[in-house]
Amino acid sequence: MTYLSHADLGGREGDGPVLPESEHVRFREPWHARAMALTLAMGATGAWNLDQGRAARETLPDYAQRSYYQIWLGALQQLMQERGLLLPDELAAGRALHPAPAVPRVLRAEAVALVLARGAPTQRPAPGAARYAVGDPVRTVPGDRPHHCRLPRYAQGRRGVIERVHGAHVWPDTNSRGLGEQPQWLYTVVFEGTELWGAGAQPGLTVSIDAFEPYLEPCPEPA
Amino acid sequence: MNAHHHEHGGAEHSELSEMDLRVRALQTVLAQKGYIDAAALDALIDTYQTRIGPRNGARVVARAWTDPGFRDWLRRDATAAIASLGYSGRQSEHMVAVENTPTRHHLVVCTLCSCYPWAVLGLPPTWYKSAPYRARAVKDPRGVLADFGVTLAAGVEVRVLDSTAEVRYLVIPQRPDGTEGLDEAALAALVTRDSMIGTGLALAPGAASA
Repeated sequence: MTYLSHADLGGREGDGPVLPESEHVRFREPWHARAMALTLAMGATGAWNLDQGRAARETLPDYAQRSYYQIWLGALQQLMQERGLLLPDELAAGRALHPAPAVPRVLRAEAVALVLARGAPTQRPAPGAARYAVGDPVRTVPGDRPHHCRLPRYAQGRRGVIERVHGAHVWPDTNSRGLGEQPQWLYTVVFEGTELWGAGAQPGLTVSIDAFEPYLEPCPEPA
Repeated sequence: MNAHHHEHGGAEHSELSEMDLRVRALQTVLAQKGYIDAAALDALIDTYQTRIGPRNGARVVARAWTDPGFRDWLRRDATAAIASLGYSGRQSEHMVAVENTPTRHHLVVCTLCSCYPWAVLGLPPTWYKSAPYRARAVKDPRGVLADFGVTLAAGVEVRVLDSTAEVRYLVIPQRPDGTEGLDEAALAALVTRDSMIGTGLALAPGAASA
């Protein structure tokens, strides 16, 4: 089965200028605030995990045509429909028409501050010793994977150096598919601009990603 | 329950956009099904409207500028150092602080979605989530900086941090010249949101916006 993310944008050519925005703007439209709150509240039910949520967003067929909060809403509706929590006719009617399957939790107002302050840490006990140490040369694995993955295309099959070791974290590749957290060591890997973009790279540019250990191989010929 | 029939809503709904109506309809369904508590939605909105925003991060930066012990703590364990000021949790569970210097500038992006350190900067601005920023930041950071009116000297190294996992990055901008006599609150007023993402610089004294 193929998997196509529409969200992997790093290095794409042809996009226009970035449009700055005052930091006093919180929500540009009233519905943005409600879309944010609905997304967080439904996420807090535990009916799906973080990585399933990201996978739902990045695979929306019309991702590129949607504003960001429309992406959130589209994924939210899809995640609920996949689980039978919401049926399309209910959206059209604007009211509940079918029984409501139970969800693990419901976020109550009095719990909001605590839930936000606690967050959802992804660090886990390490499954074993880290394969790499700071300063080690590595190469990222080439090619797309047939599932959600957090290795951007522009950094596939590239030579870099380990800069930080972050401990073991939930692995999105399995967690997004309901295959468990399967924690993996997480590293910051730094690439020279020329390794990513060739001789025309901006002088003095380096780019780092945070890469899970299965995204990496030892590199006998450093960049 | 909601007795309005939106398709016949006419004039009384004309002030609401179609998206407003759709989101309200979704909220109504989810509330009827018992999945959401409307008061919790209000609390979430109020939190990110009024309590969790870039002034949190500005306080972290001002403390780092004035307290060498805190700056060392930020370097060793940014999550704990930042939590000591009361900022922690959602989308900031694993923090790393990176310091701009006269020879190195940092810029943070999430090319794959919109990962951003919510506890210190609030919700990400529209441009941070936009295709142009996510596409260009890793390849053309100086061009992106130009869109923000920022020009770095030619010899400055630019490090772009792509937030591809659950580590969240806070840029500590350079402390502006001429700020030796300022206290922490006055310094924090010079720290813009964009300077903590790396698309801006801290303001010069006297230039702070109201």
